[in-house]
Amino acid sequence: MSDIPFRDVDLEEDEAGESTAEANYLEERFSLWSWLTTTDHKRIGILYLISTTFFFFIGGAAAVLIRLELFTPAGDLLTDDGYNKVFTLHGVVMVWFFLVPVIPSVLGNFLIPLMLGAKDLAFPKLNLASWYLNIIGGGFAVWAMLAGGVDTGWTFYTPYSTAFANSHVSLTAIGVFISGFSTIATGVNMIVTVHTMRPAGMGWFRMPLFVWAIYATSLIMLLSTPVLAIVLTLLVTERLLGLGIFNPEYGGDPILFQHLFWFYSHPAVYIMILPGMGVVTEVITCFARRRVFGYKAMVYALLAIAVIGFFVWGHHMFTSGQSMYASLTFSFLSFIVAVPSAIKVFNWTATLYRGQITFEASMLYAMGFVGLFTMGGLTGLFLASVPVDLHMHDTYFVVAHFHYIMVGGMVSAFFAGLHFWWPKITGRMYPETAARIAAMLMFFGFNLTFFPQFILGNIGMPRRYHAYPDEFQVWHVLSSAGAVILAAAYLMPLFYLGWSLIWGRKAGRNPWRAHGLEWQTTSPPPKHNFLTNPDVSGDVYAYHPRRNPRDE
Amino acid sequence: MSNTPFPGQEAAALPPRALASHFHDLSQQKAAHDLGLWIFLATEILFFGGLFAAYLVYALLHPGPFFEAAAETEIVIGTINTAILLTSGLTAALAVKAAGQNRHDAVLLLIGITILLGLAFLAAKGYEYWLDIHHHLYPTSPDFPLDAPAAKLFWSLYWVMTGLHAVHMTVGLGVWAVIWEMARRRSFSLSDNSRVRIAGLYWAFVDLMWLFLWPLLYLAGRAG
Repeated sequence: MSDIPFRDVDLEEDEAGESTAEANYLEERFSLWSWLTTTDHKRIGILYLISTTFFFFIGGAAAVLIRLELFTPAGDLLTDDGYNKVFTLHGVVMVWFFLVPVIPSVLGNFLIPLMLGAKDLAFPKLNLASWYLNIIGGGFAVWAMLAGGVDTGWTFYTPYSTAFANSHVSLTAIGVFISGFSTIATGVNMIVTVHTMRPAGMGWFRMPLFVWAIYATSLIMLLSTPVLAIVLTLLVTERLLGLGIFNPEYGGDPILFQHLFWFYSHPAVYIMILPGMGVVTEVITCFARRRVFGYKAMVYALLAIAVIGFFVWGHHMFTSGQSMYASLTFSFLSFIVAVPSAIKVFNWTATLYRGQITFEASMLYAMGFVGLFTMGGLTGLFLASVPVDLHMHDTYFVVAHFHYIMVGGMVSAFFAGLHFWWPKITGRMYPETAARIAAMLMFFGFNLTFFPQFILGNIGMPRRYHAYPDEFQVWHVLSSAGAVILAAAYLMPLFYLGWSLIWGRKAGRNPWRAHGLEWQTTSPPPKHNFLTNPDVSGDVYAYHPRRNPRDE
Repeated sequence: MSNTPFPGQEAAALPPRALASHFHDLSQQKAAHDLGLWIFLATEILFFGGLFAAYLVYALLHPGPFFEAAAETEIVIGTINTAILLTSGLTAALAVKAAGQNRHDAVLLLIGITILLGLAFLAAKGYEYWLDIHHHLYPTSPDFPLDAPAAKLFWSLYWVMTGLHAVHMTVGLGVWAVIWEMARRRSFSLSDNSRVRIAGLYWAFVDLMWLFLWPLLYLAGRAG
């Protein structure tokens, strides 16, 4: 505590005196050991960045195999069994080891204390433990892959997963179970930090919307992940110990597995989108130079999505034979989610109105997010409607829908955030032109990959098949071609961001002239985040005067 | 929440180990630790909630065989264990109270009794498991004594529920053992630190879960 000098300096004082005061968090100590034992939230964010990138490329490699196999109608590249294992690997790794941790644990870890003017998260050791749990869980999943793979699909439906599958189901389930502890640890940390470590003067409704988004996400993580943990426990005890909670021979009900699984996994979909919404809000307001339109509505929309998300799981089970009245109720509630989602889309659009918009790379990613999320959301309404879903269930329409949300939405948002805060994280600027090209390539590549899948689904292509009739081929070829562009767009940042680490221009405190406490400290920040008290008196979105007559 | 953002000066006066460097003062640290554990307990309730949901569904689907199976549990041991666990809850709560008053010897004694009662519970539970196995009351047994298939559902739930409860007990005993040893070495300030209170809270949760398991697994099927 006392090692921090409390100087009274003007916030605009920049570069000149920076290196003298305190080493930044990257240069504080260099050894590998210092990284592996760090409790600094910023360094743990970097550890998560490395591990999620690793898992992203494993899941991505599986996606490449899937798209190569589907290039031709015959099942010629992979066996049917091999194909099942590849798409299961793709789903398991992408959901639990990339999408769930990527924004909360990378950007959230790095930014939440900075945005709150705090020195660290509430539980720094727990934070480090969560990273280890995440990679141990991922290790189990990779081990299962190397040992021969899993063929159940990421949903582990019983009774196939309990009574019939001969692949490494238990190993994978244990891996996911362990990573669940990591998710819960992160959620506890974020919620306690937001509750107890806000600076005086920053009331709940003055927090940045990214913090709100992580808060809402953490609520979902905490209330849904334990249910996944118990359902996986039951699955593993059924496989290994012969207990039979879902065993139809004993009168057990496999549909109960689906209920418990989706009670987690539908809210988990919102774990995989709310943080993206938070990132995009910060980026759009900065590059439009406008206050966020309808701040409070944005907060309530986030919370509404988090809460309503717990009551819609049955829309995954319209074809399972559940009661028609249950289906209708779940359908209605699923439509309700569109309301807060639409509030967010309209408010992002309204934030742009009369803005002085500039198209930096992160803004391009963010705009891509808004468009793709809207597409994904609207097609979600198709699927929320029972009669349409009976036709579309388990087709490529569903595949396209959730990839628009998760890849088009969440991955775009992650890249938006990574580019936006890259100068803060590393202290360096990346080459803007290359980044803009990558952002646009990603948008076009994504649409070329996944839009044809809507059509494929509509004309009857089921998901999880490795061979298909000839008439579907043209759409599959388009999709695979798009995947090539998408892969290039994902690889590009690896190169130019890596390049920027050494040759990038020094960023300075606030290259985007953004508001928010994280921009008041140096880039990269010192170990304890702030050399001087951050000034919390200003409005976090004061991009234009609140009472400007010309705006009325 | 604390009232000033960086009141480093007054915090520096406290003993160094009591306050972690990223907190402003003890009250903030205490609030964070307490909230953290309460939230963790919320996740635990959801975790056991999945089991209770499964119990409810199957009790409604197969009421007859389900409660017939419940009558096979060892009610004497289950009830004695309930009494043991509740008593340990009392000593744990008294330990928390004594820690708040910095009464060092009382804390050691009360935590010690809590640990012994917890071990007694696990020992009785182990004996009960041995009896259950002896009576072939596990679903894969070829000599499973009950005919109705749904009886095996009950016994699957019995093993998972009591097993997970025992895992939680074991974790709790480990936590108490570490705290007891740290308190014996006087390596932390009892009243400034949340450790004893947090362990007590966790122990109360383990107690409470058993208070749901006892009627569901032992009393059900015996009324009338």
